[in-house]
Amino acid sequence: MFLHITGNGEKTVNEAKTANGVANETGADRQRFAKEDSALVLAHLLFAFGALLLGGIAGVLQGLVRGGMITLPAEIGYYQLLTAHGVLMALVFTTFFIIGFLYSGVAKTLGGRLLPQARRLGWAGFVLMAAGTVLGTIFILLNEATVLYTFYAPLKASPYFYIALTLLVVGSWLSGFGMIYQYRRWRNSHRGKLSPLFAFMAVVTMALWLIATLGVAATVLLQFIPWSFGWTETIDVMVSRTLFWYFGHPLVYFWLLPAYICWYVVIPKIIGGKIFSDSLARLAFLLFLLFSVPVGFHHQLMEPGISPVWKYIQVILTFMVVVPSLMTAFSLFATFELTGRMKGAKGLFGWLKVLPWKDVRFFAPFMGMLLFIPAGAGGIVNASHQMNAAVHNTLWVTGHFHLTVATSVALTFFGIAYWLIPAVTNRVLTPALNRLGIIQTIIWVVGMLFMSGSMHTVGLLGSPRRTAYTTYQDHPDAVLWMPYHVAMAVGGTILFIGVVLLIFNVIAMLRAPKGVTEYPIAEAAESEAPAPRVFERWGVWIGLVVVLVLFAYTIPFMDMLNHSGPGSRPWVTW
Amino acid sequence: MHIHRLEKIWLLIGFSMLVIFLGVIGVGAFALGMQPPTGHHQAIDPDKVDETPPFDRPGLEKIGEKEYNAYMVAYAFGYKQDKLEVPVGSTIHFQVTSSDVVHGFQIPGTNVNLMVVPGEVNHLSYTFKEPGEYLVLCNEYCGAGHEYMATTIIVS
Repeated sequence: MFLHITGNGEKTVNEAKTANGVANETGADRQRFAKEDSALVLAHLLFAFGALLLGGIAGVLQGLVRGGMITLPAEIGYYQLLTAHGVLMALVFTTFFIIGFLYSGVAKTLGGRLLPQARRLGWAGFVLMAAGTVLGTIFILLNEATVLYTFYAPLKASPYFYIALTLLVVGSWLSGFGMIYQYRRWRNSHRGKLSPLFAFMAVVTMALWLIATLGVAATVLLQFIPWSFGWTETIDVMVSRTLFWYFGHPLVYFWLLPAYICWYVVIPKIIGGKIFSDSLARLAFLLFLLFSVPVGFHHQLMEPGISPVWKYIQVILTFMVVVPSLMTAFSLFATFELTGRMKGAKGLFGWLKVLPWKDVRFFAPFMGMLLFIPAGAGGIVNASHQMNAAVHNTLWVTGHFHLTVATSVALTFFGIAYWLIPAVTNRVLTPALNRLGIIQTIIWVVGMLFMSGSMHTVGLLGSPRRTAYTTYQDHPDAVLWMPYHVAMAVGGTILFIGVVLLIFNVIAMLRAPKGVTEYPIAEAAESEAPAPRVFERWGVWIGLVVVLVLFAYTIPFMDMLNHSGPGSRPWVTW
Repeated sequence: MHIHRLEKIWLLIGFSMLVIFLGVIGVGAFALGMQPPTGHHQAIDPDKVDETPPFDRPGLEKIGEKEYNAYMVAYAFGYKQDKLEVPVGSTIHFQVTSSDVVHGFQIPGTNVNLMVVPGEVNHLSYTFKEPGEYLVLCNEYCGAGHEYMATTIIVS
């Protein structure tokens, strides 16, 4: 029985079969994933949730330490936990989930199954990424890599930690190549046809990732690995930081774009509507591709060695993402309103009432969208040139990315998991599991309001991020921060309950009753003209990215290279 | 490609606000001098900070009535000189470098917030208009004792 509780009651098997999604073109059999494809997707998702559990344990312990509630046994360091939390959550959970999700959608929309070569690349990527994760985690546990997930030079981890990160990145490249291969093959056999929106967006996301990771690959391969092995004596710290942040900002868009895919392509189908505009959705993604790369200096606003003129130029480029963000907000709420009115909703806000609030596939991502409004506003504060001084490296920033990646992105990913895991395992989400999913979402939101809310507030008061329990010898300023740190610990504990419930739900989904679960892919509104051909001329867009990057970086980067001193020798200060 | 009339209005309003906002912070930065901290390209060997002027004699240098240069060296896990004292209303021109890893230099309750990068000297000026014992803390992870890294500036 195909069961989904929606605002309008239950959907039946027949309704699902006759829905107009691309996936249903050739009938109900196409709802099912090929066994081999299911295995690949499921492996990524389960690995991601395993990392989430470990990262969550590290996270809740940190919160309790900083709140002054517990002290760690001597063998475990606070900063060791912090490194584990960052690596497992920000790098491992996100990357594995994203690749699993994108592979599923690429299989679904580009021919219904993966080509053997794409699948092989996906598995090769999975093996490399998993090996990198295990190796990296071992060196973190050995306390030989307590450098946090940003691994700023000249803190020196074991060379094997950098090699582990390299494996993670190279693995993700192979997966990216696999998706692009499938997309190219599809385009060759469907000449003149517009590619499916999901696949287009997946290609933009992986292209962004490939372009962004060149920076981190350059610093790790050319600087960190030779230096950590002792083959070179010193490292140029400003160059390594600049290469890192060339990668560090598009990294956050690599997390965000898959959530946007869900918001643009999946959510309209779940609420029974259509995509507001296929062309504008594509344009928004292309603008994100252009304006998320040449902007790394806004993470380095408080640093020496970069002229304020170039900082300001990159601040302007940073803010250009406001345009596609506003386009996205407009499209999503237009979809909600149009769908509501189609269902007969009356009044200015009547359409809100007919949204499927009791369907976790909608509710979790919707809460993510809602909290992205304050999250985005906070991001504008961070990137505002000199105004960054008020918040730089304070807990405000930690609060910011716990609202963006750990709420907007994470809740959307959870919402995806509640249908994707059943879809690839040929099971159904029971009403009881759906209810547990809603509860888990509420727990997450409440925990995050406590934690991120107090982080934002105490950050404005000056409390630094990434710092173990301290009152700075009872300095009056620092003593005042303590109640907020306690609230953070309370929020962190609530969130950990959310993680545990999520893991329970994932296991329960793997044991749920057999059946067919819909892979929700919405259609564009009929009236629309097809997207301009230039949107899929990748040479144009990649070329524009290159031009923007050269514009934003060439002069300041040459300046750095020309004024570099003797560099820094390695330090192990933990 | 069709863009809905309401969406055009929405984007126009958003984009106009963005231009105004960038104009305000741009004027603040370039016309009124409220720039983020920055460095001249003053490459310094982090291993030789102790023997490189002016950091061979860290601390305050009085350069005028209630005006000081403060040459500061951040190290794991402290600052040289410790506990600076200035009269209320003083302007301090901070020049900060590191003799080991990357550190932070933040004074809560003020806009003093610098990254201290080895091999570079970071600059910022600040006028202390209120008396008090200002906390200076490291806000960039620098090692096991990071949370102990702090000093004070006494303004009296």
